[in-house]
Amino acid sequence: MFGRLTDPTAGVLFALQNEPIVLFTVLILLGVTALVLAVLTFFGLWKTFWCNWITTVDHKRIGIMYVILALIMLIRGFADAIMMRVHQAMALGSEHAGYLSPDHYNQIFTAHGTIMIFFMATPFLFGFFNYVIPLQLGARDVAFPFLNNLGFWITCAGALLINISLGLGNFARVGWLAYPPLSELTGSPDTGVDYYLWSLQLSGIATTMGAINFIATIIKMRAPGMSMMKMPIFCWTALVTNILILAIYPVLAATFLLLASDRYLGMHFFTNDGSGNPMVYVNYIWMFGHPEVYVLILPAFGILSEVIPTFSSKRLFGYTSMVWATIVILILSFLVWVHHFFTMGGGVTVNTFFSVATMIIAVPTGVKIFNWLFTMYKGRIRFDLPMLWCLGMMFTFVGGGLAGVMLSLPAADWQFHNSLFLVAHFHHTIIGGVVFGYLAGFVYWFPKAFGLKLNRVLGLISFFGWFFGFYLSFFPLYILGLMGASRRLQYYMEPSWQPLFIVAMIGAFVIAIGILCMALQVLIVIWYGVKYKGNLPVQKNDPWGDTRTLEWSISSPPPAYNFANIPQVKTRDAYWNMKEEGYVRQTKNFTKIHMPSNTSAGFWTGMLSLVVGFGLVWHIWWLVIISFISAILVIILYSFFGDNSGYYLSAEYVQKTEDHFSACLESEGIRL
Amino acid sequence: MLWVGWKKKIFNIFAIVGLSFLLSACKILVLQPEGLVAKAQRTLIITSFVLMLCIVIPVMIAIVVFAIKYHVSNKDREYLPEWSESYSIECFTWGVPILIITVLAILSGYFTYRYEPSKSLPILRADEKSLQIDAIALEWKWLFIYPEYGIATINEIYAPTGQQVFMQLTAESVMNAFWVPQLGTVIYAMPQMNAKLHLFSEKNGSFIGMPAHYSGEGFSGMGFKWYSVSRDAFENWVARVRQSSLKLDRSTYVALTRKSKRNSVLYFSGINKDLYYRVVNRCVLAGSKCNEDLMRLAAGKSLWGRICSVFDDGVNSE
Ligand code: HEM
Ligand SMILES: [Cu+2]
Repeated sequence: MFGRLTDPTAGVLFALQNEPIVLFTVLILLGVTALVLAVLTFFGLWKTFWCNWITTVDHKRIGIMYVILALIMLIRGFADAIMMRVHQAMALGSEHAGYLSPDHYNQIFTAHGTIMIFFMATPFLFGFFNYVIPLQLGARDVAFPFLNNLGFWITCAGALLINISLGLGNFARVGWLAYPPLSELTGSPDTGVDYYLWSLQLSGIATTMGAINFIATIIKMRAPGMSMMKMPIFCWTALVTNILILAIYPVLAATFLLLASDRYLGMHFFTNDGSGNPMVYVNYIWMFGHPEVYVLILPAFGILSEVIPTFSSKRLFGYTSMVWATIVILILSFLVWVHHFFTMGGGVTVNTFFSVATMIIAVPTGVKIFNWLFTMYKGRIRFDLPMLWCLGMMFTFVGGGLAGVMLSLPAADWQFHNSLFLVAHFHHTIIGGVVFGYLAGFVYWFPKAFGLKLNRVLGLISFFGWFFGFYLSFFPLYILGLMGASRRLQYYMEPSWQPLFIVAMIGAFVIAIGILCMALQVLIVIWYGVKYKGNLPVQKNDPWGDTRTLEWSISSPPPAYNFANIPQVKTRDAYWNMKEEGYVRQTKNFTKIHMPSNTSAGFWTGMLSLVVGFGLVWHIWWLVIISFISAILVIILYSFFGDNSGYYLSAEYVQKTEDHFSACLESEGIRL
Repeated sequence: MLWVGWKKKIFNIFAIVGLSFLLSACKILVLQPEGLVAKAQRTLIITSFVLMLCIVIPVMIAIVVFAIKYHVSNKDREYLPEWSESYSIECFTWGVPILIITVLAILSGYFTYRYEPSKSLPILRADEKSLQIDAIALEWKWLFIYPEYGIATINEIYAPTGQQVFMQLTAESVMNAFWVPQLGTVIYAMPQMNAKLHLFSEKNGSFIGMPAHYSGEGFSGMGFKWYSVSRDAFENWVARVRQSSLKLDRSTYVALTRKSKRNSVLYFSGINKDLYYRVVNRCVLAGSKCNEDLMRLAAGKSLWGRICSVFDDGVNSE
């Protein structure tokens, strides 16, 4: 009846009973959830919450929810990271030296990698896509608003499923890419790998849907006059990223389905027996995995290409180069996956080909760095928070690239492979590139979304915490790698490694200060929101000054319909150009605007897919069948009987909203 | 005076941390190679590092200099808000990376070719014979078989200094990787596969060996030792191993495949000659068919009618 839940060997409550840390975390999480629910009930916010957020199809709100999810998962992933750092600082001599058992430690690094990549970075990037793309294109929403809402809730289902593994059953202990045969039934018979498979499968489905949506949006919904080569660079990188996603996520889904059919149906795709071949999986997963790292970094490149011109008060240098560099990266990123296993013994030809292909990718990447540099050249640079993150990113990322090129030489990689040198390298590019870039975007677009900037002093502490914490935390790992330390070690026997692990731990705590200050920054804003009972006052459009793209031409936060009139685009930096030409904002004679209706179908489908995932993990087949059919049914019902026709915002409503904005501009003394 | 005490303590802590740094500085194994391959790799690592620094350092300096020089507070600096294109600069931004990458690509090709792990190392004279060791990654220990000597060990390798070692690697079930940082080159030990590796130690010594691919619960305890010794010492060691009463036949092997952590060194005198072949082909258990035979059977029915063995021709595998 209840599948493996009632099977004593599956260890449903094993972690809760035997790992005090897990018990403690679960209690805290339950407590926080209860608190949030209580607050919602106490202030009678359920209706607002349901109508304005859960059922919303507004790309701006969905974008904000994606970013909230990403930030929560960042904290979860970082908690894992700091536990590993503390453990490894102690773990000299035997498996009992640290405070985590091998079983627990192995779950933690798997969870950390999986959560950071799939539930922190990916939602973060979809948050940006959602919030920024339609505004930059001068559109009123994305191409498929319902798909957007559905995608978000399926992502949430995935995130919830992976976090349920904390309390019920176990998480996988197989590393973030789950190589078989360790991830087969022979290596991992319990629920861990199933949690991994189904939560990532859910997140993958959602990500693919998002990609379709944004490709359509970018191709079809640009404002009149905005040709492809006049599109902001962020939209270009987003387009390329989404094409990449569309190409690789199906590969991931197929690979996971094959692995799942090994585990569930007794197939032999990747097993050792029955003519299976585990090495095939390694190829498949890296055919996904390598382009995935470009999926993460390209939007960060896009963000830098927006922020640096703004704070240098200058046009982006080499726009055409930037576009071509992005396209070259798109193509090349499919041709390099084998660099993740030069040590497989592929032979001279294979290794040399993939080595050279990998190095060639460094060229367009280098071009981008140079272009940002020449954007700063002869500009008027202001050190606002977004710019600081960008400078930190450029400075750090070139170092990570240096290590990357060293790793791309097979003969050198044969010494670095799977050592902590590698771990240092990819965190160098991921933290120095992806995280710093995303945080630059976060601080940059924050005032657009909420009308006020994040606190600067806390922001400075946060930046320097991350910046120095990163160097302190990961440079020791480069040295440790050269000293012979492999990755994923639960303990080690070399006393000479310990001091460096201790330094790395201190570094992680410095990063923790950065994260704490970020949390405080956000709390201040939440307080501000509470003060206004959620109705944030309208603020001026251009808080940073010298902004260049269309999202800065409308009020902050933008009205539900974004643009009262769809702008006419003439040049690349559309808004900058409008300002130069002395553009006059329209203040009268608005027409009614068509809007898509909210729907709860996405939410229900998402929650049902969570139940499907849960049922699959625990082998509760009747639950799987029922919830799967219901999920499909909800979508069918929605498409036939749902309110698909949308509604109109009346001309008076638009007039009133725009009047608010006009009043705000007037009070700031800004010419209309 | 409490403060003085604290000062002393803090000083002590710094001294200890500093000292341990110095101590650990002497153990950067990859940069202190004792083997031919690892030495070449050090050369490559340092060369590529320096080459990359040639571009990375100027860029880092430029980031800082531009940020300071063109800060708004310097109003008298030239300001070109519309300037965004320059043919010559773009030639430079594409050209410089291409140039460096070309040099590195040539370097990469050369080293990849010269130190290809499956090939004999370039120094070997034609008449010189290498020592063969077949390694099997088990859960969680290494089994090293010396087919020419009919002995085997767990977690310990002895090899004569100055003789090329030819290794074949496989895994019983979960994959792993074989790494002796001071000798160079990690190679995967994969189930059903037979990876090849050539190493050459130039100096006597004991080198740490690491497992370099996570393989489950007992992975961290899979460290091993590689002793590079004189010819005589090696022969002595072989004689010692031969005294062991343990024999490595198929049933002992099956017992070894059971999971166990932190295994101490074990010696086996006498081995089943075709054990390694059977492990690669997954036919250790009595009555099981070897992969190669299955493939041959299947190949006979197919158009291609030919199979590729994972073993080199003429290599001692049976
Ligand atoms: C914020 C500070 C971070 C710290 C202190 C940290 C620390 C660590 C540590 C200690 C490991 C395990 C290394 C080992 O195998 O021995 C690890 C692995 C990993 N980290 Fe992080 N990390 C951080 C941020 C991130 C971010 C932002 C991402 C991705 C977006 C990330 C992705 C990964 C991945 C994919 C792995 C590999 C997991 C595996 O071995 O399967 N990390 N990290
Ligand atoms: Cu890659």
